[in-house]
Amino acid sequence: MSDQPAVHSPYLEAAQQREADFLGMYIFLATEIMLFGGFLAAVYVVRVLHPQEASETAQQLNLWLGSFNTAVLLTSSLSMALAVQLSREAKRRAVVIRLCLTMALGLAFLTIKGVEYYQEYREGLMPFSGGLNPLSKPGEQLFFNFYLVGTSLHALHLMIGIALVSVLAWRVARSETPLPRRAVTVELVGLYWHLIDVVWVFIYPIFYLAR
Amino acid sequence: MTVGATLETSPERISYLRAGYTLWSWLTTTDHKRIAVLYLYSITAFFFVGGIAAALIRLDLATPGGDLLSNEGYNRAFTLHGVVMVWFFLIPSIPATFGNFLIPLMIGAQDLAFPRINLASWYLYVLAGMFTLYAVVIGGVDTGWTFYTPLSTLFANGYVVSALLAVIVVGFSSIFTGLNFIVTVHKLRCPGMTWSRLPLFVWSLYATAIILVLATPVLTMLLILVCVERVFGIGIFNPDLGGDPLLYQHLFWFYSHPAVYIMVLPAFGVLSELVTAAARKRIFGYWFIAYSSVAIAVIGFLVWGHHMFVAGESMYASAVFSFLSIAVAVPSGIKVYNWIATLYKGSISLDPAFLFAMGFIGLFVIGGLTGLMLAMIAVDVHVHDTYFVVAHFHYIMVGGAVTAFFGALHFWWPKITGRMYNITWGRITAALIFLGFNLTFFPQFILGYLGMPRRYHVYPPEFQVLHVLSSAGASILAVGYLLPFIYLLYSLRHGQPAGPNPWGATGLEWTVPSPPPKQNFAEMPIVTRPPYDYPIRDPMSRE
Repeated sequence: MSDQPAVHSPYLEAAQQREADFLGMYIFLATEIMLFGGFLAAVYVVRVLHPQEASETAQQLNLWLGSFNTAVLLTSSLSMALAVQLSREAKRRAVVIRLCLTMALGLAFLTIKGVEYYQEYREGLMPFSGGLNPLSKPGEQLFFNFYLVGTSLHALHLMIGIALVSVLAWRVARSETPLPRRAVTVELVGLYWHLIDVVWVFIYPIFYLAR
Repeated sequence: MTVGATLETSPERISYLRAGYTLWSWLTTTDHKRIAVLYLYSITAFFFVGGIAAALIRLDLATPGGDLLSNEGYNRAFTLHGVVMVWFFLIPSIPATFGNFLIPLMIGAQDLAFPRINLASWYLYVLAGMFTLYAVVIGGVDTGWTFYTPLSTLFANGYVVSALLAVIVVGFSSIFTGLNFIVTVHKLRCPGMTWSRLPLFVWSLYATAIILVLATPVLTMLLILVCVERVFGIGIFNPDLGGDPLLYQHLFWFYSHPAVYIMVLPAFGVLSELVTAAARKRIFGYWFIAYSSVAIAVIGFLVWGHHMFVAGESMYASAVFSFLSIAVAVPSGIKVYNWIATLYKGSISLDPAFLFAMGFIGLFVIGGLTGLMLAMIAVDVHVHDTYFVVAHFHYIMVGGAVTAFFGALHFWWPKITGRMYNITWGRITAALIFLGFNLTFFPQFILGYLGMPRRYHVYPPEFQVLHVLSSAGASILAVGYLLPFIYLLYSLRHGQPAGPNPWGATGLEWTVPSPPPKQNFAEMPIVTRPPYDYPIRDPMSRE
């Protein structure tokens, strides 16, 4: 098999196809930025409307678990970046290990997030959790609902990311995604993974840090 | 034409229509031309669904008592009309059909950049259409197409969630189309097809695609929030729980005002092609037209607040939004001036497509000037939520976008099908649509100015004359929209073969046989001449 990537219609050259793939991915990421950007703008408005209530709700969130999760997710991006670099060097085994590590860290993030949700349920912060809800003032529960929707939407993106990375790891391991010929695939999945990370970097301060 | 005929018989130059006859070959195609035809079928179906709702509305309004529909029924009729016409006809209309079909042909490419994503966008459209029809069949939606909170989250009785899902899913379809167009225009232009030689239709769709990918995700997110609030009953926009309904309106119009430009920018692109072909002249002010599309796309993102002048927005915000809304008139005006200047001293042929183009200019100018009036805060406060607004945006969307859609249909029909339709019937249709449209919507300006509010079907008897005029116009308009069905479908079987270039137009799409071969170009075209290089020097493509 040659080292040149396969070119399929409507492209004529490998470079053209590669550039188109990247441009397509970047535009897709731009749509994701608008999606979360609009959401974060709404959260900001809620914070401005109810500064006191938002701050009191933020203090109910588990800052330590949130911070630890941030570290976990940033580390997963490091291992993804390493996988991308190694895929260009055609180190198949090393790439698969890094991808599996990325996936494991992503799953760890989701697990910790689940623990957090469970705690919030136990404390009665969640809607429908029954019992005495400490968030009694109008803006407080509202801010928590935004937190819930934002982190869930992020978790959904992370699940899609984990699924993509697992398929990629499987295909690289079986050489169905030959390296370095299809290193571009690893890089594209990597771009998506980093975006999920960047989104969290904005979600973390607006809900946890600004207390 | 003889050359076209011989090419068509050779196996690798077989037309896209003959490349496979089974339904399966259509449903699994990745050919941009076939996907365009699939879109043409489906948006036509939804045009009828929306049209039936419009007919019910106009029939009901013929009497002051609103005798045909109940109050709830009327709410459901105008909601259905709005949702279907906006998201299932106008937004995909020109981009997903003519854009899909023509962009690769116009820039010398074999297909769009991501053919499978293109097919996926059609399936998403169909899925979203199913959600809409489901919502209608089980009882309809009564929120208006704007889904304003807290009406949509707390008070509406209809099947709001199904309609919201429909709009969310059709949004992904839009995003896929937009993404495909941007990458295609950047990466798949043939040698010599520089940015300064791009047909203006491609420029306008490029600007449209930018709006599609940047505005739609905000709507997606917003409607997800509304879904969450309605399904789980938790506070998001609910004012009792500290939510802000105005926040909903800001985010909604951040998408929905640019969406107006999603509808009308492709129409501008169509006009530039129609006007040059009819006048057989170079376009006047190529760069002004190209950049004015981009300018409209950019400024269009900054004007959404003019929908909330009376909704409690700050006075200073309103002043800025008012100024920026007026500014949009500048690039729009530039386009109209340039089209007229292109026609000046042209040897004009009164083809149906040209008549539609003239209709567009007339109606768009009225719609645009009344838009300027509405951008002035003092006038808007007076006529807000009246028929004046209804008439204004119908002049832009129906008089503008739909007329341009029919112009495009009459211009590129011979290219898409390979057959000529009856020119006389085409001219009659263009005239009927123009007359019917004005009779339908001009009285609504007066109605609105006199104080007839939107979304009411019981009205004071003194408004009846104008309402009856409007309903009578709607029936003429309906005939105008139905006529092409007859003569265009008739042409499929009985029309004369069109040949590669029936209008004597420039552009790469007219250099290939009609209908185009499955592989668009036998060999990579090389562009050496500027766009709209009239009169045509190549004798082969002239009759």
